[in-house]
Parts: sequence; C-alpha cells; structure tokens
Amino acid sequence: MSAVEARNVTRRFGDFVAVDRADLTVEAGEVVGVLGANGAGKTTLMRMILGLLPVTGGTVRLFGQAPSRETRRRTGYLPQGLGLYRDLTAEENLAFSAAAFAVAAQAVPPGAGGGLVGRLPLGLQRQVAFAAALQHHPDLLVLDEPTSGVAPLTRARLWDRIREQAAGGTAVLVTTHYMDEARQADRLVLMARGRVVARGGEVEIVGAARAVVVRAADWAQAFSALEAAGLAASLVGRDVRLPGADPAAVRDTLAAAGVAATVDTAPATLEEAMVLAGRGEGP
Amino acid sequence: MSWGVEGLGVSFGSKAALEGVTLDLPPGQITAVVGGDGAGKTTLLRVLAGLLLPTRGTVRRPERAQVGYLSARAGGFRDLTVAENLEFVLAAGRAPRAGPRADDLLERTGLAPFRSRLARDLSGGMRQKLGVVMALVREPALLVLDEPTTGIDPVSRSDLWRLIALAAARGAAVAVSSVYLDEAERAAWVLVLHEGRPLLAGPPHRVVASLPGSVVEVDTPTDRDRAWRRAARWREWRPEGDPAGVAPGLEDVVIVAALAAEEGGRP
Repeated sequence: MSAVEARNVTRRFGDFVAVDRADLTVEAGEVVGVLGANGAGKTTLMRMILGLLPVTGGTVRLFGQAPSRETRRRTGYLPQGLGLYRDLTAEENLAFSAAAFAVAAQAVPPGAGGGLVGRLPLGLQRQVAFAAALQHHPDLLVLDEPTSGVAPLTRARLWDRIREQAAGGTAVLVTTHYMDEARQADRLVLMARGRVVARGGEVEIVGAARAVVVRAADWAQAFSALEAAGLAASLVGRDVRLPGADPAAVRDTLAAAGVAATVDTAPATLEEAMVLAGRGEGP
Repeated sequence: MSWGVEGLGVSFGSKAALEGVTLDLPPGQITAVVGGDGAGKTTLLRVLAGLLLPTRGTVRRPERAQVGYLSARAGGFRDLTVAENLEFVLAAGRAPRAGPRADDLLERTGLAPFRSRLARDLSGGMRQKLGVVMALVREPALLVLDEPTTGIDPVSRSDLWRLIALAAARGAAVAVSSVYLDEAERAAWVLVLHEGRPLLAGPPHRVVASLPGSVVEVDTPTDRDRAWRRAARWREWRPEGDPAGVAPGLEDVVIVAALAAEEGGRP
C-alpha cells in the first residue's frame, strides 16, 4: 500500500484546469520531488493530497484511504512560509501543534528558546518548524521548499533529518524549483501546465532536451548579437547557452554579426529542462 | 576603473557583521555573492551601493547616480503602476535614450502588457523583474542586486539572469547576491561568505578545483562529522585525499570549506 496514490487526478477552477490527469505515488521510506514552474500545478496537487481541496476528477488515496482527519493525523506538513505563529515563543508553537495532534511536545531546538519566534534568525525558525512538523511522527511528510534560503552546510544537516525520517519508513514528498533540493530526492516528477510531463531521475527528466553552447573570446559580443536577434540566451561563467535553440540559427546569427565563436550542443541542465517545460517547449 | 572593496569590515555596535572582505568588480563582469541567512551579503551590497559606510577598509564605487541598486524583496513602489515606477526612476536623474530602453526592457521581461498595473498587483516574479528593470534602466556603471531571484520560479529566474547578463554585456560591473549555489555558477567570479567572513573566492571552476583532499560517495560514512547527504547516499570529505574521489560540485566544496572552518574554530 502506497503512502500516496494519486490516480488521474484533475482539478478545475471554473474553465481553468489547474491539474490535468496527474498520477503520483509515494511509497514508505521514499523521497519524491515534484518540480515545476509557477502555475505548473504543484501547489494544487499538493493541496489535494493534503485533503485541503477536493478533486474534480480521479482519486487520491492516502495509506489506502480517502483523505480524512485520520489521514491528516498521520501527515506532517511544512509550508514554504514555515507555518509558525510568529507572536508565540518556540515552546508555545510546539505545545500548540502537539496539542492539535494529541502528542507530547518535543524539546525546543538549542538556542530557539525564550523570545518570540518572529524575532529568531531564519535558520532557527526553520528548525522550530521542522520540530513542529515532525513531533507527531508522521507517516507522510509534505515539504514545500524545505531548505530554500539556507547555507549549504545547514541545508545538508536539514536533509540528514529528512533522510532519517525516510529511513524510519516515512514517505516524503518535496515540492521545489531549486536544483540543490531536487538532487536530494530518490525520484523526480516534472509538472508543466497541470500535467506530469516527465518522471524519473535527472537523466529522465532532462530527456532529449539540449542546449546550444556558444564560446567566444568576447562573450558579451556573442550575447549581444544573439539577444539582438531575439534569441533567448543565458550566461554561465563565460559560456553563452541557449536551451532548446537551433544550432544552425545560432551559427547564422553569429556569422551575420561577424562574431567568431564555436557553437556546440550539450544536454540541457535540469534547470534548463524545467524552464523549457514551463515555457511549453519541453518534454 | 574597477569598483570594489578592500579589507572591508562593518560593525554594528560591538558586533562585526563583516570582516576582511576584499572584492574586485571589473566592468562587464558578473560577480555572485553567496551565503546563507546572516552571512553578511546584504551588508556588503549596501556598502557597495553607498548606503552604509565601512567601519574598516575602503570602498571604491562610482557616484550615486551611476549605481543601480535593488534591495532584497523590493520590486518597485507598491502603489505606483509599472509605467509610473519607471517614470519615477527616470525622472530622478538625467538618462539619455532611457525611454526606448525602458520599453525594450519591458518587452524582454514580459512586463509590457502590465504597464498600467499597480506593482502590488504583480506576481512575485513580475515584481522582482520590475525591480531589476528599475535598477538597470539608467545603465549604471555599477549594478548591485540583493537576492533578485529568491522565491522566484525558474522561468522568471531565467528571465532575470538574462537581464543581468545584458547589463554586463553593456559594460556594467554587476554584484548579485544569492542563497543558491547553482546560480553562482552563472557568474564569472563567486565570493562565498560565511558568518561575515570570506570563505571562498574565485571563478567557480577554480573554486571547485581548490578542494583540499577528496570527496567520496559512500553508503555508510566513516566520519559522520565530515559527511552529508546526497539523496539516499552520503558524500564524505577525506582531507588526506582518496583515489575513489568523485568530481565535486560547487555545493560540495562550500560544505567542505564550512566544515573546515568549524573544525579550525574548535578548541
């Protein structure tokens, strides 16, 4: 029995289809990452999985049941804004959420005691939010960009904690649009325009998407010529990359502008694949 | 003329927010300043923008009118429309050919259809784009952007980086802060700050190559204090080197530097 099993799930708001026949499963002990640009349908799908929003079509099963108060009790949720009461202390926040789940409150993370949560540094607020989401030992953990904005070492330590939960059998569902977080998942699902457009590891998500790579002695000259021709270029170090572009068009544009450069193609990065999918040009 | 800071220190009361920071910002180069919350990124950028004076060291920056600055989470005046925000910036100083340039920037960023919309009614990504357009419409010699992409979705983020590259291609020196290391790889030079001090600096590939020892990928780490997660497996730092070492990423190198700093600070 999967912790999460969404089958053919659709959600409409009037004429707008926010989620379009999406499938998603998360097994116990597994970390699944849902990627996508704004408007891809990540948040709507997540809200249906949390039981906060009814589906228009298809089915959502949590631990083999329809979403209910019972399944909610077995779920921990860490929203992007952390979901803490800023005018309460860390102790009060933990006591409040513990009472809601009828469990004993956990100890306050070191250094977070005393003052109001809203006055704590962001890193400590995040630790309090983690403690609040985990203290009822959920079987399913839903995390929305759980480590965005923290330093790499701190992020690595937060992921240690998430992995400990997974090792103990908790199913973990993470939504993100940051590559540093996506790399921590066992499996990825890429959404675009409400649909699941790719799934698997980084290789499967990138699929056949490629980028044109331009190297010139003067990157600025190459970049300006491509931009003037209406080609969307991005700069990576001193390489100019054009995800999804036609190499012949790039060569012609550079030649016409008299810019000496080498033009190759390379597999797209995970981020480029996500941008292409978000623009409707991807998988 | 190259802008930047030398031996910069900034204290607020008895607390040092920054110490020992030297950074060169040549024209036409994008420099990324990365670090977590409280690393000192905003303090450094405020010094470069001329909003804060150094407590120690020196700063070289152009006159005020030649600096474009976007503070973290700014994105225009909420109660003005997109067009009014730009008019306001342009009215604040002489800026030849600025009108057509503003139109061009609005087209490139997809903001053109929203000229008459109030800034407060724009999406987060659109507001950040407006903020960056406002900072660079007058073609400043030095462009200082504080976390322009935090909380922004990948499509808008890619538009923002296009704008930033465009400013650099036209000769601006650009300093941009970020909490995301994958963004640092877009820059020609990266400065990693950690608790107010420089942790690493250089072109991203040179920073990666500077890793002391090796990073290995293992199922069970031998030293938990030197190990961190990468999906279901672990990465572990072996300072003495290890033939089984994997090709590290910038993130690995920053983690190792932070671990080394912690170890160095131990009694």
